[in-house]
Amino acid sequence: MLRFILMRLGKAAIILIAILTLNFFLIHAAPGDPAAVMAGEAGAADAKFIAQLREQFGLDKPLLVQLGIYLKGVIQLDLGYSYRQQMPVADLIFQRLPATLLLTVSAFIISLFLGTLAGVLASARVGKWSDTLISSLALLFYATPLFWAALMAVLLFSVYLNWLPGFGYETVGANYTGFARALDIGKHLILPAATLGLFFMAVYMRMTRASMLEVSQLDFVKTARAKGLKPSIIQRRHIFRNAMLPVVTLAGLQAGQLVGGAVLTETVFAWPGIGRLMFEALAQRDYNLLLGVFFVSAAMVLLFNLVTDILYRVVDPRIRVA
Amino acid sequence: MTDQVLRVENLKIALPEGADRDFAVNDVSFDLHAGEILCIVGESGSGKSMSANAAMGLLPELVRPVGGRILFDGNDLLTLSEDEMMDLRGRKIAMIFQEPMSALNPLMRVEDQIAEVFEAHGLLTRKERKERAVTLLTEVGIPDPEKAMRAYPFQLSGGQRQRVMIAMALALEPQILIADEPTTALDVTTQAQILQLIRNLQEQRGMAVMFITHDFGVVAEIADRVAVMQYGKIVEAGTADEVLDNPQHAYTQKLIAAIPKLAAEASEVAEPGTPILDVAGLNKTYRTGGGMFGAQARVVHAVNNVSLTLAEGETLGIVGESGSGKSSVGRCLVRLMQPDSGTVKLAGQDMAHLSGGALREARKSIQMIFQDPYASLNPRAKVGRIIAEGPMAHGVSKREAYARAVELLELVDLDALSIDRYPHEFSGGQRQRIGIARALALEPRVIIADEAVSALDVSIQAQVLDLLADLKKRLNLALVFITHDLRVAAQICDRIAVMQKGEIVETGPAHAIFDNPQNAYTRTLIEAIPGREKELAAAG
Repeated sequence: MLRFILMRLGKAAIILIAILTLNFFLIHAAPGDPAAVMAGEAGAADAKFIAQLREQFGLDKPLLVQLGIYLKGVIQLDLGYSYRQQMPVADLIFQRLPATLLLTVSAFIISLFLGTLAGVLASARVGKWSDTLISSLALLFYATPLFWAALMAVLLFSVYLNWLPGFGYETVGANYTGFARALDIGKHLILPAATLGLFFMAVYMRMTRASMLEVSQLDFVKTARAKGLKPSIIQRRHIFRNAMLPVVTLAGLQAGQLVGGAVLTETVFAWPGIGRLMFEALAQRDYNLLLGVFFVSAAMVLLFNLVTDILYRVVDPRIRVA
Repeated sequence: MTDQVLRVENLKIALPEGADRDFAVNDVSFDLHAGEILCIVGESGSGKSMSANAAMGLLPELVRPVGGRILFDGNDLLTLSEDEMMDLRGRKIAMIFQEPMSALNPLMRVEDQIAEVFEAHGLLTRKERKERAVTLLTEVGIPDPEKAMRAYPFQLSGGQRQRVMIAMALALEPQILIADEPTTALDVTTQAQILQLIRNLQEQRGMAVMFITHDFGVVAEIADRVAVMQYGKIVEAGTADEVLDNPQHAYTQKLIAAIPKLAAEASEVAEPGTPILDVAGLNKTYRTGGGMFGAQARVVHAVNNVSLTLAEGETLGIVGESGSGKSSVGRCLVRLMQPDSGTVKLAGQDMAHLSGGALREARKSIQMIFQDPYASLNPRAKVGRIIAEGPMAHGVSKREAYARAVELLELVDLDALSIDRYPHEFSGGQRQRIGIARALALEPRVIIADEAVSALDVSIQAQVLDLLADLKKRLNLALVFITHDLRVAAQICDRIAVMQKGEIVETGPAHAIFDNPQNAYTRTLIEAIPGREKELAAAG
């Protein structure tokens, strides 16, 4: 097992460097660079000033040399310096990371828990009106564009009903501390987390329902019935556990997006997370910051892939990690 | 015969609307007595499994009993509530199933699955359940029961899993054991062991066993009494000897006549013709696991130094149990699989080392018929395309290829109009005929039939075997017939090669193999054939 993890981590490091290299070239392939953007904003776009900026940022060196310098830094866990924000990239990211994780992890838990629960309920009442209701709602959530759902949620819950705050991370200027602050953040969290979780909730629901129905037709369920077991035990112990296998795979995929997948939601709800940081960095051609965000997102995907594979081994004894 | 434990009276089970008939089981009556094994025999769709499932209250959804009674212990099982049935299941009436691979929960340890039987009926403490589980596993003859307890089903062989199933069924000492084709999915030697085990346990416990099977060989091994079912009705019932030796009903006679006889006749082809296929030193290994950092891989030698020859117009049987490598050999011959080493000379040309266009050209001469008539035909293609595709790929015009397809369909006794129909409109036997027509379309000289009749009912099987024998003679084909069924091999093959663990352990003329096997493994295989003793007694 330890050997497996070490091997996977080794592979992950190689993949990570490959991703960074690819991203590096992709970013540089886009027209414009930070110097041009800064000069443009300063209103003094003469060639000499730009050249001076480029030299200052090291952008005048050949591309491969720049890549070498960057990768060397990354290996030493130095993600570089954002000239735009006048701060080390790592500091910027770690500042924003908690807000993003709070949002995405809540959305992840909400969608996984409620989606699975709804799927189990629907499968137990297959063909009845409650199944039709749950399935139709899931289809609606599945088909609704995220940004539209977000805007409508703001309109309904904060503008009309005034139950929940419509944007931001906490009430600005209230200076809450301790429990009061947590409560305040919690209130701000509900709408973005629910919106972000909606899509995956629908996917989990559909997958759980289909998987439960499929497993309930398998031979070992009949064996369980032939033992004289109660339907509730059969449902829980035999059907549910086996039906969860595909859901675990999907949850692993979603978990990989915990860092990079909330750009839209963060933008609509003015949530101060990584997603917005990335969006801003892109607009400003802040190469180092952008690469830093990509690096953290990619590392997260690889990490959760590994976690999923280990988890799969725990859930399904047939999977031999070798 | 006063000791009846189960009485089925005029049972009628309705199928959902749109099924091919109204009643799965129509006016069926039989008794089951303590201490006897009653075999219910029939082909697929005869209603034999439905009768058994009705007694367990485990009929599929939409299938309902609509008449008659099933009397057990003074109650009519059909009128009991679900709670009352739940109490009986496992405790008074237990059941084992056909597929030991899928009948156990893959995510639960064996010990937990056995303990569950006690738990379901609120019996014993946790610790006692475990102790009983060990005793049960010992009783059904599992080697190292302590270790098997901790195992997951995938770590056990098919035969061991079926033993676990039996242990679970026997846990609460039920009065009735219902066995639904419990040995059909097992190898012949394992089947013989499991049949012996069921017989022993039944005698020790004085249990009544309702044994559902399609195989008259199995009936001859195990049955005290027999009921033969056809289209939902019992057409004949009686003691095993009566029914097997002196069948009264035409259907029973037909079924028994369709069983391939074990005695192989001396080959008609007195002198073997010129060799068409010459295989020498064939090897194939499978590796599982291992990765880019070179973790230790598990290596299985599926085909180990196999050499064989096939003459024009000859039928060579490759027989063996699952995992013996017989199918791998077949796949290497047509290059569906790349052998690691060795030569496959087809009319002098080495198939194993061809590639690209030359391989495609050579493949025309060697075609394959597959086991599963349901999975081997593209469900989205019409029969005409399925047959004509091969020739068209080799440059025959569409019109010509379809005209040829019609001829081929007639050759395999199918209607010419079949060309415009989809595979799902045909029965299993008809599909296998389509598969044969497809193989013949390229006018091959050698046909590899991989378990080509194993999925078919015995009467259909007999028809397809006759067709193959007839075609072989008319078209002067050479046939490699891969099968696990020694009866089928005895009927159709001129020569037989017996495989075990990737190696050919014995090869020779069919009658010599059956009458005077030289290898110990071949002898074990032949002795395990169900119904063999009875057949020998009848012949002698």
